[in-house]
Amino acid sequence: MRALRYLQAMNEAYQQEMARDPAIIIVGEDIRSGIRGETRGLLEAFGPERVIDTPISEAGFVGFATGAAMAGLRPIVQFQVASLVYVAFDQLVNQAAKLPLMLGGQVRLPITYTLMVAGSRGGLAGQHSDNPYPYLLHAGFKVVCPSTPREAKGLLVSAIREDDPVVFLAPALVLAQRGEVPEEAYEVPLGVGEVKRAGTDVTVVAVGHLVGEALAVADELAREGISVHVWDPRTLLPLDRDGLCAAARRTGRVVIYDDSNRTCGFAAEISATLAERAFADLRAPVKRVTRADVPLPYSAPLEKAVVPSPDQLARAIRAVLAHSG
Amino acid sequence: MAVGLPRTLAEGLYRRMRLIRRFEEEVAALVDANEIAGVCHEYVGQEAVAAGVCAALRVDDVITSTHRGHGHVIAKGGEVRYMLAELLGRVTGYNRGRGGSMHIADISLGIFGANGIVGAGAPMACGAAYRFKLAGDRRVAVSFFGDGAVNQGVLHEALNLAAIWDLPVVFVCENNLYAITTALRAVSKLEPHQRAAAYGMPGLAVDGMDVEAVYLAAAAAVERARQGGGPTFVECKTYRYVGHYTAERFMKLSYRSEDEIAAWRQRDAIETWGRRLIEAGLWNGEDLAAADQAVEQEIAQAIAFARASPWPESASALDYMYSRTYAGTPAWGAE
Repeated sequence: MRALRYLQAMNEAYQQEMARDPAIIIVGEDIRSGIRGETRGLLEAFGPERVIDTPISEAGFVGFATGAAMAGLRPIVQFQVASLVYVAFDQLVNQAAKLPLMLGGQVRLPITYTLMVAGSRGGLAGQHSDNPYPYLLHAGFKVVCPSTPREAKGLLVSAIREDDPVVFLAPALVLAQRGEVPEEAYEVPLGVGEVKRAGTDVTVVAVGHLVGEALAVADELAREGISVHVWDPRTLLPLDRDGLCAAARRTGRVVIYDDSNRTCGFAAEISATLAERAFADLRAPVKRVTRADVPLPYSAPLEKAVVPSPDQLARAIRAVLAHSG
Repeated sequence: MAVGLPRTLAEGLYRRMRLIRRFEEEVAALVDANEIAGVCHEYVGQEAVAAGVCAALRVDDVITSTHRGHGHVIAKGGEVRYMLAELLGRVTGYNRGRGGSMHIADISLGIFGANGIVGAGAPMACGAAYRFKLAGDRRVAVSFFGDGAVNQGVLHEALNLAAIWDLPVVFVCENNLYAITTALRAVSKLEPHQRAAAYGMPGLAVDGMDVEAVYLAAAAAVERARQGGGPTFVECKTYRYVGHYTAERFMKLSYRSEDEIAAWRQRDAIETWGRRLIEAGLWNGEDLAAADQAVEQEIAQAIAFARASPWPESASALDYMYSRTYAGTPAWGAE
């Protein structure tokens, strides 16, 4: 099978879905020029009416997409940096996420929000480096965070075809990754996690770009005879609770590896879910390796101290393994 | 004074305005009686704006509304019995009891919803209008908002989007002079319609207490939008006779004077229009009384309908969150 980069996989999903359904439009800043590549060629293929460059008006174009969806279109709204969602928070959280219920089911809002370069890519400091998914999960958005090119394409196709608002996070640190991607359009279903590596000693629940880091740590620890099971939820909401609990039961020891803030972050939800549903199968307290609860500092050593690291993960794995349960 | 409008239109404007006024008066009583939960933002005094603007619209045109939205819903053809059922929290209400006063919507009538956040509906009107423009079906979106919204960022983003893309939107600013208790003159150097120039959009002001003037201005702006001429900003100078919301009656606030309120009441749009229908020979006193009586009957029936309607089932509280649900999503608060 041919290999594509993550951004190329996203581009192929955009191309194939927009060709399939003329109701799809894509809206955002600098979409037509395709500066990173994921929107390249859309203008030529689908024309300026469906491929729309907006002013820098995040709240305005999010509300625009809501109205367009209420009138029958299926908008894709692209944020050029994930933390730009904060600018549009009322229109996202108080409008799009709530209107289907508040209007008593009179409208569907088939909107896909793609949040590009999510998380830190280094050197961009506190306002361009967040993984804002805890806020969006709290608001009730369906959220996917694919860790590979294959899943990027399949989950983007599923997100676009879903009749509800779906947030798609494209982690900064996987965008250049290459991987095998089927040529035809296909869906990776929402709400289904995947075992990325089978192991017997410790289960690591990893999100986004941290899945790759967790696999590397697992390789390293395998040389010491530690067998790490790596599970990727892929969809953060709906969460594959059965898959999560099955992954936890496999080893009885769980480390959550997540690059959102510790307090009320995604790892907290995973941890609480395990406490409620898999307590009897756990042989050690769940450990979280997350981002620290501060804005990402600029200077490299400070940044390194704040984001979750493979060293921290390896230490946490050893610690849960050492716990006599 | 003569009436320059066709007879059915002229009569319809009176009926709609009267229905809005009486609806709001009954709603206030139902809030006081605790039959309606929370508060309502009454449209009393501003009826000519909703009635005049919506009379210029087709049923398949779209409006976005505000927290003070009952008048817009009625004017766009909303049925008062489903509105009252919604206000009473009943499952027969427009939003099946999920929205209440600030969120009434009827998508089939192009009512994209009242909205609890000032200015929030404006970009949605642009999105709907974009769809209409792509489809080439000559539909128009109207965004209602108040003077308070003219200092809200998202409104300005929406004005700009409509202008740069020549969208068929009419922005209707209901300037009732106060954002809750804050006078417009204290928070804006310009009058609302003067802001339109910044976006390269025509902006005009009309007497919002004169339903004919509102209708004529709206009809021109709507027709311009329908023909591909782009958006227009129409400021309607109006006034709410009552407080910001039903609870204000008990607050003894002094941000405006009794004299000021009385002066605006002197120019009441409904009474004025009733007189003009009679002066123009379209109606006599009996016709007017009959129209008023029909409104009373409609409202009485609507209240009876709402009161007799069932409450929603508790087990349905998570319904409509998603088109497609998954195991455990959405989640209840307790398992």
